[in-house]
Amino acid sequence: MADQRIIVIGGGLGGLWAALRMAEAGVHVDIFSLFPVKRSHSCCAQGGINAVLDTKGQEDSIEQHIVDTIKGGDYLSEQPPIKTMCEAAPGIIRTYDRMGVTFSRTPEGIMDQRLFGGVKKRRTAFAGATTGQQLLYAADEQVRYHESEQKVTKYEDWEFLSVVLDGEGVCRGITAMNLHDMKVHAFRSDAVILATGGLGLIYGQSTMSTNSTGAAAARVYQQGAKFANGEFVQFHPTAMKGHDKNRLMSEACRGEGGRIWVPSEKGDTREPREIPQEERFYFLEDWYPTYGNTVPRDVASRAIVRVTRHMGLGLNGQDVVYLDLSHHPREFLEQRLGGILEMYTTFSGEDPYTGPMKIFPATHYSMGGVLVDYAKDEQTGGMQKVHPRNHVTTIPGLYACGECDSGYHGANRLGANSLLSATFSGQIAGAAAAAYLKSLKKSAADLDEKYFESERTRQEVINQELLSPNGTENPFALHRELGEAMREHVFVERSNAGLDKALVTIKELKERSRNIHLDDQGTWNNQSLSWARQVQDMIVLAEVIAKGARLRDECRGSHYKAEFELKVPEGKFEGDPEYEEYRAEWKANNKEWMKLTVATHTEDGPRIDYKPFDASILAPEKPRDYR
Amino acid sequence: MANESHFRIRRQDGPDARPYWEEFKMPYAPAHNVVSALMYLREHPVNAAGKKVAPVVWDSNCMEEVCGACSMLINGTPRQACATLIDDLDQPIVLEPLTKFPAVRDLLVDRCKMFNALMKVKAWIPLDHTQDVHLHAPLIGPGEQAVRYIFSRCMTCGCCMEVCPQYHQDSEFVGPAPLGQANLHNSHPTGKFFKQDRLHALMGVGGIADCGNAQNCVQVCPKDIPLTDAIAELGRRTTGQWFRDLFAR
Repeated sequence: MADQRIIVIGGGLGGLWAALRMAEAGVHVDIFSLFPVKRSHSCCAQGGINAVLDTKGQEDSIEQHIVDTIKGGDYLSEQPPIKTMCEAAPGIIRTYDRMGVTFSRTPEGIMDQRLFGGVKKRRTAFAGATTGQQLLYAADEQVRYHESEQKVTKYEDWEFLSVVLDGEGVCRGITAMNLHDMKVHAFRSDAVILATGGLGLIYGQSTMSTNSTGAAAARVYQQGAKFANGEFVQFHPTAMKGHDKNRLMSEACRGEGGRIWVPSEKGDTREPREIPQEERFYFLEDWYPTYGNTVPRDVASRAIVRVTRHMGLGLNGQDVVYLDLSHHPREFLEQRLGGILEMYTTFSGEDPYTGPMKIFPATHYSMGGVLVDYAKDEQTGGMQKVHPRNHVTTIPGLYACGECDSGYHGANRLGANSLLSATFSGQIAGAAAAAYLKSLKKSAADLDEKYFESERTRQEVINQELLSPNGTENPFALHRELGEAMREHVFVERSNAGLDKALVTIKELKERSRNIHLDDQGTWNNQSLSWARQVQDMIVLAEVIAKGARLRDECRGSHYKAEFELKVPEGKFEGDPEYEEYRAEWKANNKEWMKLTVATHTEDGPRIDYKPFDASILAPEKPRDYR
Repeated sequence: MANESHFRIRRQDGPDARPYWEEFKMPYAPAHNVVSALMYLREHPVNAAGKKVAPVVWDSNCMEEVCGACSMLINGTPRQACATLIDDLDQPIVLEPLTKFPAVRDLLVDRCKMFNALMKVKAWIPLDHTQDVHLHAPLIGPGEQAVRYIFSRCMTCGCCMEVCPQYHQDSEFVGPAPLGQANLHNSHPTGKFFKQDRLHALMGVGGIADCGNAQNCVQVCPKDIPLTDAIAELGRRTTGQWFRDLFAR
């Protein structure tokens, strides 16, 4: 059998870790990325990475990290992998430390930890306010070290187009387009790992990088991989609006004591610092006295929308509230949050050290993604650390890790759990793929050329059609319209009437996207061609998101429809009859809806089924309650 | 305030094509940055003469000045386009690709040479493996961490290379940013075990001796990284290493 090779698509944190694990297992890795991997979106993660180090005298425990993650996700996730991830977290931090990450320190030189949302313990390790950048660079350096020893080869400025399946539907390679000469090539590979990140660009403006379109996930979905929990998209409560993107103001702002407020009086136009304390409405602190400003993101985003759209208390009647850090000394803020406050100053021209920032929720993270499997460890109740089933998609030989997979975060992700899951899932997927290779009887190198050539030709034809002078639709305009529809109807608050409208719009856009005209018809570094293909794929995933949302008639995590809300009785707690009645209703609803949404591609759009999952670690006895 | 924004963009259809200037105008809106303006123009690719043209090609990703992708010359200064607000610029706004890297198309250049330089200077801590060994790295004090953190924010954007008189397309010089990274790894309590390897890499062709001490690099770094401090430190260390090598013979 010829030498085995593995292809990793995407060089963010997940992809780099998968590559490291495989290179260390002695398998040659080819990494394909749209751009130099060091520029991946992982660098935008700001606040930190969760791991129980228990260095703050708060008796933190791994069990509590598991419970917080499951409950934070509103019980909508396979639980064994969460257990194993939380257990692995401290070791992951130690490894990053060995890799030289510049974690922030206490005066003693110990790694510092800060508070994050949905949690009561200081559990988040951080490097200033650019933690993702620091972790990405550390992984990038290790991969470069392996590259220098010829164990890894990078294909940067290449776009993944499709997987190549053999006659039995097993993934045996990929097709990819060189973004300079725009030629399509087929590559053989014994396993493929998809690590292509999030899909925020489907919403037009989001906190995501401009390459986070979800197109790669959409491509394997259209080739038969199932997509889970698409409707669960996280809206980050604190972002600043922009023409091009909504820039994230880290949850670390709230973790470090940031307070969210609006003037109590509608239409109060005074400068914020002229408004006395008693005339300010700190609504999170009012409504959730126990967690206050550090409620989870879904709760905070809904509260902000309620304040601006239902109570009319947004600044100047607009969708804007204050995020205030100005009560802290400048030196403290510079040290802990300097990187992002600098960014706020650059883009707003205002000084967050002396007055509050203006923020509103924005699309931020996809909890859903390509459906992946895992192998349970019956002895520990967690997942087996090395097993070929871990992180495999419904296409044999195709794995997925990082934000593009569907694991760990259920219906809502806790802040600072994403750098953890990206790292951990990359490690697990890399180990799984290396194990899978050992079980293979034949090599991709021996497979008949016809499979590769026919897939390559199919992709060339798509390019030729897009480059033909026919067509009338501008792909950039189509994308703008898609984003407008998604932000209008598939946002923080959803309704079935609105979702029906979104689905109609998406269908129209899908039709129009078959009639694209490119203003650039050249064959050298044609970004319009690449973008047009991505827009077509974004529309496909948008339909998965909207249809999943339309069919899920309940409120769970980030997915909220007022018409199906089970209201917690005000002022009532465990033991009160009214609360117990509510709990009974909540349990009955769980019976119906505590299952994963699974989308299967068909020519007429997604077919939606539901899948039960393993909740053997924390049974849903307690509704989430952050009051 | 003018009711339109005026751009003058240096374009080039391919690596060997002749560069040319093209002008564009777009309706004024507040709070645009250079990339968001380019995005508008890509949807409406009509030049100032009213002619429909191929959209301008450029590089960007994070849009918040942490990924390093969107470096270009803006009114003659190398900087991140995403973090440059239109309202702060004199018009017409002149956009040009970086000149020290091979041209690909329009504002897009190929900076792979920078990543190769990071390989040359061995900007990593070679781990035995990346599994957990149940040990942290040695403790690092907050003061030391603060200094290292500034260097670890280098995003390989290439602005420092653009202004370095010693760095150009045909030179062997690794340039300021990779020197900063070599020094960063030398300063780590376990990274310093491999200091000699990095110093030796910098004592050869294209290494530290090629720095002409013009000090332009620190002035344009978007992250205010004190690159000249690192270069001075490396200068001393390589000299020390030279003597140690001499006596070790």
